[in-house]
Amino acid sequence: MSRLTAKFQTLKQANRKALIPFITAGDPHPDFTVPAMHAMVEAGADIIELGVPFSDPMADGPVIQKASERALLHKMSLRRVLDMVEKFRSNDSETPVVLMGYLNPVECMGYRAFVDRARSAGVDGVLTVDMPPEESSDLLSLLEQAGIDPIFLLAPNSTDERIRKMGQLGRGYLYYVSLKGVTGASHLDLSDVRRKLSEIRALTDLPLGVGFGVKNAEIAATISKFADAVVVGSALVEKIEVARGDSGRALNDIVDLLKSMRTAMDASF
Amino acid sequence: MTIEYTSTESYNLPDERGHFGPYGGVFVAETLMYPIQELRDAYYRYMKDPEFLAELDYDLKHYVGRPSPIYYAERLSSMLGGAQVFFKREDLNHTGAHKVNNTVGQALLAKRMGKQRVIAETGAGQHGVATATVAARLGMECVVYMGAVDVERQALNVFRMKLLGATVVPVESGSKTLKDALNEAMRDWVTNVDNTFYIIGTVAGPHPYPAMVRDFQAVIGREARQQMKELTGSLPDALVACVGGGSNAIGLFYPFINEHGVAMYGVEAAGEGIATGRHSAPLSAGKPGVLHGNRTYLMEDEDGEIIETHSISAGLDYPGVGPEHSWLKDSGRATYVSITDDEAMEAFHTLTRIEGIIPALESSHAVAYAMKLAPTMSKDQKILVNLSGRGDKDINTIARREGITL
Repeated sequence: MSRLTAKFQTLKQANRKALIPFITAGDPHPDFTVPAMHAMVEAGADIIELGVPFSDPMADGPVIQKASERALLHKMSLRRVLDMVEKFRSNDSETPVVLMGYLNPVECMGYRAFVDRARSAGVDGVLTVDMPPEESSDLLSLLEQAGIDPIFLLAPNSTDERIRKMGQLGRGYLYYVSLKGVTGASHLDLSDVRRKLSEIRALTDLPLGVGFGVKNAEIAATISKFADAVVVGSALVEKIEVARGDSGRALNDIVDLLKSMRTAMDASF
Repeated sequence: MTIEYTSTESYNLPDERGHFGPYGGVFVAETLMYPIQELRDAYYRYMKDPEFLAELDYDLKHYVGRPSPIYYAERLSSMLGGAQVFFKREDLNHTGAHKVNNTVGQALLAKRMGKQRVIAETGAGQHGVATATVAARLGMECVVYMGAVDVERQALNVFRMKLLGATVVPVESGSKTLKDALNEAMRDWVTNVDNTFYIIGTVAGPHPYPAMVRDFQAVIGREARQQMKELTGSLPDALVACVGGGSNAIGLFYPFINEHGVAMYGVEAAGEGIATGRHSAPLSAGKPGVLHGNRTYLMEDEDGEIIETHSISAGLDYPGVGPEHSWLKDSGRATYVSITDDEAMEAFHTLTRIEGIIPALESSHAVAYAMKLAPTMSKDQKILVNLSGRGDKDINTIARREGITL
């Protein structure tokens, strides 16, 4: 059983929902990332999504775009992100880590080289934003051989046919993009999310995470009532942005936000 | 990558999922899958609909001014002393370039699909102007994304778009050029999928764009086949066109793909020289990757990050290229070469002085290559060059480069 599947089982037995923070690796500085991952686990994170910076983040809003730009200034790369995961793993063998990014750096590294290195570094899941299942068969079979879970996105306009397909091809969890838009958008309609999630549940047994637009503890708590996992990205990355290179402050603010979300999510049961 | 040579005798690419061999495809986030399917269905349906095609033909004739003529460049040909050089005069179209062939088509499709808002990306501004033009005519809301750097260097076209009623949004992210404008247009589309039609200006993007834009631009090659036969009694021996994303080149090449006696040359921008790294020539010096919804040749660093490009011509300043060109390169059907800024400038002046035609800087790259190619061919052979746009928009750039204040 993969570390992700095991994690969702443990949480289910404890009647808890997963809190999944996202930060961009190397933002604001490469030295920040691994300590921040450990601190987020301390603050109540169950799974970590680590963003792989890319020069052309088409699905991201301004907050994560700027995070990518800050990381790339420090010459971050897919290889260096994988090194970070390995470093994190040496002190935490429990918390699943999911890489989230775009396909081109993976294409450039080569599918086999990437999957081999991801396995040796201790990566648990890979979410490639711009690689729908129709185009992913080569990478999917390599990931499966390596025991790494492919994570797929679902959107408000995904058809039943596509939801079933993702349910069959996805592992670990499915990531429901809660609105039509880019990361960090602000027009989240929670009753729409609830309705779509119940439609998706009828078509797949995979755990469902919800992300895009989760800004505060209140939204996180509401979503945790009907989702299996809450993903928070831009709200955390924004803390890094406003700290303007003050790593201590960025870390404190991230930890505070995650703790408030954890508390609110746990209290809603 | 080596690919087994496949006969293009019955060329029928792309496949139903948009692949040209290993290139093309649909590489987008999940939210765009539904609108892309909707677009694909509409495109397949209307490209077979006689009423739609009749309306398109009418607009191309009466609004764009088609057919564009073929011009025999007699003085240039005798100066070069080799093959006879002909120009397909896309520069004479309404709005001054081939771009409008495609925007007229996509806007009609948008109208059929009930979309009231159109968006576009633009580099030099030609596609933005062509989109704003058809949006004005059809009474549609129009938003054009343009890199902040390009907004600065193409002020004239920005003003034209505004006059036409479009909103021009300067894009401040990344390198602030065409690729970033495309990213931002994609973000707008994903946010406003229900009422918005994204008019992509070149043969790139996710399927069906590369095929659809090609089909709208193929009017260039269809006309040219007939015109060359009427004018000279036979098809040309070689076709030459500049390649940024590659829409004018595909438009010319496509109806000739099965004619193996016709050589095809795509001309990329070598900028300050391929060896300097400051160029926009992914087919000449890049490698395959995935960007903007399709797999194709790209300019990237060793980690797969897209790198900044350089060309004197903003319309060629793009790190990718249409996937069909990648396939035509690998299959050997077309040959891709490159021309530097300096060579393009020289061709610009030559054509202006010898033939009285001021070409766009993009098209000047094609002219420059034809000037190299013609002397290697015999006098009874013919080269057809796609003169994709006129040079009026470039006057400021040229004056600045030559130290002249207007």
